[in-house]
Amino acid sequence: MKISRLPLLRRISQIFFFFLFVALLVLTTLRPAAGASADLHMRGPVRLFFEWDPLVALINALAGHAIYRGLLWSLIILIPTLFLGRLFCGWICPMGSLQHWVGSWPSESKRGKQRIDSNRYKRWQTVKYVVLLAGLVAAVFGSAVLGWLDPFSLLVRSFGLSLLPALSVGARAVLTPLEHSHVGFIRTAGETLHTVLQALLLDLRQPHYAQSVFLGVLFLGILFASLRVTRLWCRSICPLGALLGAVSRWSVLGLHKVPESCDNCNRCLLHCQGGDNPIGGVPWHKSECLMCMNCVGACPHGSLQFRFFRKESEVATPDLGRRRAMTGLAAGAVAVPLMRASTGMGKSRNERLIRPPGSLDESDFLSRCIRCGECMKACPNTALHPTLEQAGLEGLWTPTLVPRIGYCEPSCVLCSEVCPTGAIWQITPRDKGWVVGVGQQQQPIRLGTAFYDRGRCLPWAMATDCIVCEEWCPVSPKAIYVQEAQVIDSAGNVKTLKQPRVDPSRCVGCGACEYACPLQEHPAVYVTSIGESRSPSSQILLNRK
Amino acid sequence: MTNETEPVRPPQGMSRREAMLQLLRLGGVAAGATGAAVWLSSKSVRPVPAAAEQARRDHRTAADPRWPQLTVVQGGEPRALVQRSLQNLGGISRFISRQDVVVIKPNIAWDRTPEQAANTNPEVVAEVVRQCWQAGAKRVIVTDVSCNEPRRCFQRSGIQAAARAEGAEVILPDPDLYREVDLGGVVLKSWPVFIPLLEADKIINLPIAKHHGLVRATLGMKNWYGILGGQRNRLHQQIHQSLVDLANFMLPTVTLMDCYRILVRNGPTGGNLEDVELKKTMVAGTDPVALDAYVAKAYWDLDPEQLPYLQMAAAHGLGTVDFDGLHFTTSQLGG
Repeated sequence: MKISRLPLLRRISQIFFFFLFVALLVLTTLRPAAGASADLHMRGPVRLFFEWDPLVALINALAGHAIYRGLLWSLIILIPTLFLGRLFCGWICPMGSLQHWVGSWPSESKRGKQRIDSNRYKRWQTVKYVVLLAGLVAAVFGSAVLGWLDPFSLLVRSFGLSLLPALSVGARAVLTPLEHSHVGFIRTAGETLHTVLQALLLDLRQPHYAQSVFLGVLFLGILFASLRVTRLWCRSICPLGALLGAVSRWSVLGLHKVPESCDNCNRCLLHCQGGDNPIGGVPWHKSECLMCMNCVGACPHGSLQFRFFRKESEVATPDLGRRRAMTGLAAGAVAVPLMRASTGMGKSRNERLIRPPGSLDESDFLSRCIRCGECMKACPNTALHPTLEQAGLEGLWTPTLVPRIGYCEPSCVLCSEVCPTGAIWQITPRDKGWVVGVGQQQQPIRLGTAFYDRGRCLPWAMATDCIVCEEWCPVSPKAIYVQEAQVIDSAGNVKTLKQPRVDPSRCVGCGACEYACPLQEHPAVYVTSIGESRSPSSQILLNRK
Repeated sequence: MTNETEPVRPPQGMSRREAMLQLLRLGGVAAGATGAAVWLSSKSVRPVPAAAEQARRDHRTAADPRWPQLTVVQGGEPRALVQRSLQNLGGISRFISRQDVVVIKPNIAWDRTPEQAANTNPEVVAEVVRQCWQAGAKRVIVTDVSCNEPRRCFQRSGIQAAARAEGAEVILPDPDLYREVDLGGVVLKSWPVFIPLLEADKIINLPIAKHHGLVRATLGMKNWYGILGGQRNRLHQQIHQSLVDLANFMLPTVTLMDCYRILVRNGPTGGNLEDVELKKTMVAGTDPVALDAYVAKAYWDLDPEQLPYLQMAAAHGLGTVDFDGLHFTTSQLGG
């Protein structure tokens, strides 16, 4: 009996694409460019997996009525799925591969029976189609909330904002004592290891992100659910899997069973990834099968094979049923109006919701942003963080600038270059207009406006010199101007000080002043979103020059 | 079936030997735990920061009557300005010896290009690196603690590329590379200082002259802000005293002030080319106070009375504000 090599090939493919994903994510950072003093751009195909993602393209098309930049590439996944089924889920998707791996940990002898039972097709596997339907209806209503559940959004958000920063903390905790050791060779070893890790994995500075713990625990929870039920996420939630499952109904490749030689040994079920009933005697569920080829490799009698154009009884379409389909449609139709009836987007926007440069106006932004966190990973100052409540429930995990942690670098446009959907439209440093073009015909992109808290500001309230904010202000002429004033200190001496003020017609809202303010935990100058150029309804001045 | 397995033995007491061993094990664990606990509890003292090392860095070159303490070279390109300045001061070998570890400290504070004149000119840095190698230096390091994101500053200033092209080591401000030292100043006591600057044999200060909102001009001594880590946004509160404290802590081998392009307004960040004036000048020397006094007068018409830190530094014996009284040369390059 010839043992199938297909599972081995699949494993190689999974490992390759997983490391490709990690490598691209690690590369999603500021890297030096060739050529002295050149503008810094994101190089390499760091958005690759999103461009392959037909779900992102579909959301983009439904909610934004257009397909942004490279998203047309997702056809290279969609077209093969039409012919060959969910190969992508079983062979490429890193989220699937991770669960596949974790699912292989429990021992066969102890947990085999439970695993065989859980790997039979279950009706709850149709939940993912309900999720998909609801998400697509939400997209029609102009909201890209389905991005919460897109597998690449989930991966980038969890790895980029939680697992990699945590790894960095851990690595530093080990390396720092080694590097400060009194023993020469330990120090050398520590330094070498640091250099290697720095080159491969670590950022120059330790990144910190809001909600990091929550995002990490959520991800690990999803991952370790596979210890109990293989690929629970893929089977029950993943909307991309649902989309590919629905599309695969016409595929010409299918499982050929020889029921005569099947003795119900259950080996195929033990290793089944999709929960698609590969065993003889029951119909195969085409839309659930991930084409992992484990059943072919596991069958001791060679009774299972994948063949083209075979004619056998099977369940080709998801057995969703009318009620479940209606549930999905209704959930999507109700959810978006409900979320938008609340304050946040239409009325009373959060003053600290500061979107990255190039962002579209809020309703367009929410129709495109898939909450993936690429922009947050790319920002060299880790200034962008996932929102919790600032953008309302609908805007959960969309990016906001937190100037106290990092300001927006004047000539940096990396976030706009990595955004896969055009929520942050791609801009150039010249479009941004903070360094060149200010004061000329072109209007700079503004994120908000700075304000002083004169009760905390040193020259205003405490008779002390400062104006670090003025020093850092990146526009020219500076948006922060100073005026000399005579103040009296506590001893009664007259002092001449420079007191800072903001000219709102020059301020671009970058947050450098807030970042540089010595009153770190509650800066005396702070940026709010009023005056952001993306929003015509959120302006202060009648005529901002 | 149960009757096929080994019959269950009736419970038996421990043998004497086993009991002794058991007691020994317990005793050992108890003694170990007690010892460790007593030792750790004796170590329990309220944590106080380790006393910072006294670390004044005096790299000054002894005065030599053959050579001027201040030289102004005008009308040349950056590399020619450096060459002539060093030549006027007695050549690089007067300052750098064979096997020296040289740290060059340009201003790489901002994400700006050379044309915007917010950072030291990269050609100036490159030429100094080249000269240091000529003098037989063992290592030539170029570094600064930037204000903006360091990778952006080092790249866009052009200094990273220019210095590497001449074979220098370019060290970015890694957060793990600071050591707490006692600056011994009036306002600046214990501060984290960037380690490469503490471990150098020779230090060359390569500032750029710029406008500054608070002190009016940021010159040579202000460049030492860029050796500090920590919360340095507090330094402005007593900027003159902190400048003197830093100048009294870090005394460079030689200073070459880049006045090729000068940011005359909206400093120290600038950004607008309209704020930049082309002066094609370099002011160099071994008296940091005289250098700052000369440049402040030449480009901003500021007298030492308007820059209190200069007078304070002079009173501290760090140099003289009276640059006219110094041994002083001026060269005009053709072109």
